[in-house]
Amino acid sequence: MSERALDISLTVNGETVAERVEARKTLVDFLRDDLSLTGSHVGCEHGVCGACTVRVNGEIARACLMLAVQCDGTTVETIEGLSDSGELADLQAAFAQRNALQCGFCTPAMLATAQDLLKRGGVPSRDAIREQMSGNYCRCTGYHAIVDAIESVAQARAGAKK
Amino acid sequence: MKIVEDSPPVLTALDRPNSYIGRSVPRPNLHRLAQGRGQYVSDVSLPRMAHVAYLRSPHAHANIVSIDASTAKKAPGIIAVVTGAELAKVMTPWVGVLTHLKGLKSAPQPPIAVERACWQGEAVCAVVARSRAQAEDAAELIEVNYQPLPAVTDAETALDAKTPVIHSSLGDNLCFERKLDVGKVDDAFASSDAVIETTFVTGRHTGVTNEPRAIVADWNEGEQRLTVYQGTQAPHMMQNLFAKHLGLAEHQVRVLTKDVGGSFGIMVHTYADEMATVALSKMLKRPVKFVADRIESFVTDIHARDHRIKAKIGVKKDGTIIAFEIDDLTGIGPYSVYPRTSGIEANQVVNLVGGPYTCSNYRAQARVVFTNKNVMCQYRAVGHPIAVAVTEGLVELAAAKIGMDPLEIRRRNLLPDDAYPAQSAAGLKFEKLSHHESLAHLDAMMNYAALRAEQKKLRAQGIYRGIGFASFIEVTNPSAAFYGVGGARISSQDGATIKLDAQGAIIVATGVSEQGQGAEAVMAQVAATSFGVPIERVRVIMGDTDNTPYGGGTWASRAAGIGGEAAWQAGKALRANVLAVAGAMLQAKPETLDIRNGVVVDAANGTERLPLEELARVAYFRPDTLPAGIQAEIVATRHYVPRAWPFAFTNGVQASYLEVDTDTGFVKLLKHWCVEDCGTIINPQLVDEQIRGGVVQGIGAALFEQCLYDERGQMLNGNMADYLVPMAAEMPDIECGHVVSPTADSELGAKGAGEAGTAGAPACVMNAINDALRPLRAQPLTDMPFTPDKILRALGKV
Repeated sequence: MSERALDISLTVNGETVAERVEARKTLVDFLRDDLSLTGSHVGCEHGVCGACTVRVNGEIARACLMLAVQCDGTTVETIEGLSDSGELADLQAAFAQRNALQCGFCTPAMLATAQDLLKRGGVPSRDAIREQMSGNYCRCTGYHAIVDAIESVAQARAGAKK
Repeated sequence: MKIVEDSPPVLTALDRPNSYIGRSVPRPNLHRLAQGRGQYVSDVSLPRMAHVAYLRSPHAHANIVSIDASTAKKAPGIIAVVTGAELAKVMTPWVGVLTHLKGLKSAPQPPIAVERACWQGEAVCAVVARSRAQAEDAAELIEVNYQPLPAVTDAETALDAKTPVIHSSLGDNLCFERKLDVGKVDDAFASSDAVIETTFVTGRHTGVTNEPRAIVADWNEGEQRLTVYQGTQAPHMMQNLFAKHLGLAEHQVRVLTKDVGGSFGIMVHTYADEMATVALSKMLKRPVKFVADRIESFVTDIHARDHRIKAKIGVKKDGTIIAFEIDDLTGIGPYSVYPRTSGIEANQVVNLVGGPYTCSNYRAQARVVFTNKNVMCQYRAVGHPIAVAVTEGLVELAAAKIGMDPLEIRRRNLLPDDAYPAQSAAGLKFEKLSHHESLAHLDAMMNYAALRAEQKKLRAQGIYRGIGFASFIEVTNPSAAFYGVGGARISSQDGATIKLDAQGAIIVATGVSEQGQGAEAVMAQVAATSFGVPIERVRVIMGDTDNTPYGGGTWASRAAGIGGEAAWQAGKALRANVLAVAGAMLQAKPETLDIRNGVVVDAANGTERLPLEELARVAYFRPDTLPAGIQAEIVATRHYVPRAWPFAFTNGVQASYLEVDTDTGFVKLLKHWCVEDCGTIINPQLVDEQIRGGVVQGIGAALFEQCLYDERGQMLNGNMADYLVPMAAEMPDIECGHVVSPTADSELGAKGAGEAGTAGAPACVMNAINDALRPLRAQPLTDMPFTPDKILRALGKV
């Protein structure tokens, strides 16, 4: 349906991408199917589970609730980019050490959402961490370990600044 | 038996030097998953791969009069449109029965409905296209002429004479029935000082795995082989079923299970649409991929726990429980699910009610009936959350009635810790449990007395907090008694093959599979310890029927206890083989040598004699230098199946502390505790995280989750906005404690830990809510989930 397709150009994980996409295609389908960035996951496709969370122009967003054409001219960061840049290294290490992931399907999005909180600095309370993570569904862990991991990174980063 | 901390010292029974048993070793797969480098089935893409979308029945029960796909077949990208009748030529139907569940019956189930759809969501037509979007576009162009039929949606009336029979060939809507009458139940109730009778309802709910079900089937016409990528918990079981229903030999089928985005029992069944996808691949001679979307998941992933239980307990004034009686009714959908059947859940309820207690008078009836809703089957902690809710609900209602503390009534009735081996009224055999020690540990861990004091103080201020408990037993490490004796080709044994590579590392291939619970780490820990290498030099292969020993997979909390023991024995066998070679090389007696930290040493004093790398070099590249008659056999396989006990029962006790807002009916969970005894703890962190995750899954059942159906059989809340699941903000911190009673059936002594959290949590939360509301004289709540409106109704506020 070429009449329903549009040309878009954007930056994904630091690389310039120019593609023709169907107007109806979601950002997460574009990332997964067209760019093979399978670290972003599709869990519910209606914005509840949060498994598709990526960063668009520096803000976290649900990639199942955005169309790829809306991202024309934007900068998109997925787990692949956030991971390779080292930005999440301490958080990933804490998740591993604390076993804050089991099946791992929610994890890339959890990390992006957690980093969004941690970037603001300080050591958030456990309640504040839970509030921040409340839009990301995890069926495996029961969340306790995730909160522990994020809290430990917040403390470590705050300690490192002193 | 001893109480251990979260990171216990190395256990003495398994005191190999450099033991990893009892240590919180991080899982090898974590970094890959945390970097987004996992490979889930939904990520798999193959050359020439087509995508299938299923057109699903909008009716709960309807004849399919005609299907007109002429327009759809001309749509862009369409490869094929296939009806149930057409697919029936490729794949045979199945019947979900087990012979040891006497009388259990079901009807043949096809991969795609033929002539009649029996639940809303059953696939009636497959549309295969170059992309999923094109398949869905074309599906909208198919015209199906349905003739709606009356839907059976109320289990209570499913057996009435005037209710239509869903499968006329079966004669009625009864799938399975079980009755049990032990001791002198009527006499016991007659001599009780108090009898409490109530009805419990456990809401129909589902697994909501984060990754929806997905399958990629690849029939290679040139090889005459089928490769299936599937996130299943039981690869060998699925290999058998795909082969059987496609008319292939098992060796023509390979099942590959890579990363799995959550399973919880959801991924251990035969799904009609997955079977259809496999059949389509064979029919079309190319790879076909199916990924359920979330809306499809809600009406096709198995549901569970839809039970209504009339229940009764008799007690003496001194707290002695003298009788239990239950009448369980459950509606399981139109088919018993293949091959594990939909009779197991109710059967477990009958088996488990009253299980922790000495009470010897027990009567039970369970009826499993067909309905026109989505199918129900085994989901994490099968039957346990229901049985524990009934038992523990009754126990706390009885305690309240006779004015006894809920922990005290348990102390007076739990099976004594020195009473083993023991048997429950229902006939369950217990090797060794630790109810009393667990309870004492919980009491101390939560500082029960202080909490009661706080509760009392706050009540005076109009703040209503509740404390609830649940003691439980859990079925783990099932022997062939679970499925094998009933004729299902579901392996209860598991095997492990360990080989020494050419640099002295080991590769462990095991039949158990990984879905995030940490089986991969556990196998690595066990193999590293029993053979004698650092864990960095262990690689584990799982989830590949071509390359792992035949095994049952991961379900019923069996991976560590059964697969772990096989790996333990294989490690020992390989060590003996390697030491035979080392003995020849070193001119020493093998029994004077050992392998420690990757080096052959003198067993007596640990003196290093030969690095494994050097031994491997000689064995593989210079075997000519070994003495005549010495052939290095540096691969070893061992299998294990529990033989002494049908199941390795575990036990434990949980507590919930919560606050009920009596104006809004909202429940705030403040804290949760669980003390559990899973025998030898191989990895304390993984055990705790299984418990925590399981507890939260149980909390979901208690407070949020329910598949709501209307009287026409339409699911009303089949999406994640309307079906609520536990999210981070509402969940409490969960403290875990342990008692260790290893099973003597294996050297490792490990029992399962995967389901204990889910088994006890719903009962615990229920009891805490009722404890909170008791001073307000609220009607006890026994109808899960405990939504705010039900709480306000119990308080008489609405």
